[in-house]
Amino acid sequence: MTLLHLENLTVRRGTCPVVDHVTLAVRAGEFVGLLGPNGAGKTTLLRAALGLLPHEGRSNLSAMPAPARARAVAFLPQGREIAWPIPVADLVGLAQGSAAAQARALNRMGLDAYRARPATALSGGEQARVLIARALAQDTPLLLADEPAAGLDPEAQIRCARVFRELAAEGRAVIASLHDLGLAARHCTRLVLMAQGRVVADGPPRAVLSEANLAEVFGVRGFHAETDMGPVFQPLDVIR
Amino acid sequence: MSRALFPAMGLLVAALFMASLLIGPAGLGLGQSLRALFAGEGEAVVLVMRDIRLPRAILGLMVGAALGLSGAAMQGFLRNPLAEPGLIGVSSTAALGAVLALQTGAAAAFTLALPMAALTGAGLSVVLIVMLAGPRGGALALILAGIAISALSGAATSLVLNLSPNPFAAMEIVFWMMGSLADRSMVHVWLSVPLMLAGMALLMTTGRGLDALTLGEDAAQSMGLSLRGLRLRIITGTALAIGAAVAVAGAVGFVGLVVPHLMRPLVGARPSRLLPASALGGAAMLLTSDIAVRVIAPDTDLKLGVLTALVGAPFFLHLIWRMRRLEA
Repeated sequence: MTLLHLENLTVRRGTCPVVDHVTLAVRAGEFVGLLGPNGAGKTTLLRAALGLLPHEGRSNLSAMPAPARARAVAFLPQGREIAWPIPVADLVGLAQGSAAAQARALNRMGLDAYRARPATALSGGEQARVLIARALAQDTPLLLADEPAAGLDPEAQIRCARVFRELAAEGRAVIASLHDLGLAARHCTRLVLMAQGRVVADGPPRAVLSEANLAEVFGVRGFHAETDMGPVFQPLDVIR
Repeated sequence: MSRALFPAMGLLVAALFMASLLIGPAGLGLGQSLRALFAGEGEAVVLVMRDIRLPRAILGLMVGAALGLSGAAMQGFLRNPLAEPGLIGVSSTAALGAVLALQTGAAAAFTLALPMAALTGAGLSVVLIVMLAGPRGGALALILAGIAISALSGAATSLVLNLSPNPFAAMEIVFWMMGSLADRSMVHVWLSVPLMLAGMALLMTTGRGLDALTLGEDAAQSMGLSLRGLRLRIITGTALAIGAAVAVAGAVGFVGLVVPHLMRPLVGARPSRLLPASALGGAAMLLTSDIAVRVIAPDTDLKLGVLTALVGAPFFLHLIWRMRRLEA
């Protein structure tokens, strides 16, 4: 089942396209890593797909009325805002998901002990985990996450990636923009590489993270190895 | 504590409302006042109770609730603890309308001219702010548009004062702008209370949207919130409630700013719970202040707005002090 369907999605700032005719279909069971250097258009693509930005082309999500969309897709924005000192459990409950979904989301992000704490009193990384749990609690077939791993400690990064993989295995789909190529290679089922608003590579991690792509899109070269825990990518030097 | 809060606040407001009815220069007995109010016994006492003290108490209750509720809604909408209901320019344009009514003599010729002019001013500010901030404009566009409108109507008010024909006319305007509930009649109640109720009802529907907005505009919209609809309800609700409040009471400051701060820790900071709590808190604060101006200086006409600012500003300083200590 196709959960996200974008056709020639284009977003312009003035006349300059920030997202340029992107066509993308994501099916249930996929954990898609959205890769690309800063300014490649990852955030803009996610926001436009949700209908948060004016755009040309078609997105199945932005065409939905707001309440239906909230049941179809959850979104974790890049900007992590928690305006008021609301207890963690209440904050996760804002998604209006079932009590079971809320409890599961808190448990998955390792937040059981934090339920009663005001969210604003937590550290930045802990707040990021609360916001991921909030998106999980919305209990939707599709999750769009903008840099979910930013600011997380190694354990939380792996835990987050594992949860996303589990969601895909449950028959949902996750699209997450990521900067950690190794994390993306180990956990995603598919990678979409963006540069200057366009999709330049799309496929299984090994094919997308080729040396040529890394050099051309990110301008870096580095260490690449296969281990028994999956592939390792470590950028070491800048080419350009 | 949280569960008992609403009944406790309700009782407090009811007690203050009764106290407001029973306190005044006429020095009436408790039984005498109540018999006059409810049974209509004793001609002069009935007049005092029904035409002087009852409207004053009702307006204290309603204006306070309107200020507290719209303060909480505005802070929730802008996700900024420094926001207050006047931020979108409603109070200053309403004040300008009232000042024009005083200056032109319309207010003296016709009792309702002043509140009607103030309401027109408030309505005009809504049209202006929606035009200036645009249909998709975010919080910042709204704040800037509000500041611009406030500055412009403030300047126009100064111009009217500047051009006033004699010091007495200027004094009248200045006194009105200080805010008061003295000498209001049931006509003021009938004119303003339905509008304040309508505005407050509209604001009470925004709770869920404001809760979602705690996580920012993108996250809230992805949870199914229509930001445009919420913004329209906030602006219209605030304009109705605050426009009507300013029209009958003048500019009463600090209630809309301080009350949400006071109530926030008591309700767990959640905007949907803060809205009704701030309405009750605002009513309690304004009724208390209006009783205080009568008790502190029964012989001079101490203005309500002066007292709320005198008490509110140092209290706000205390809040900032405490917040700084907690953050350090």
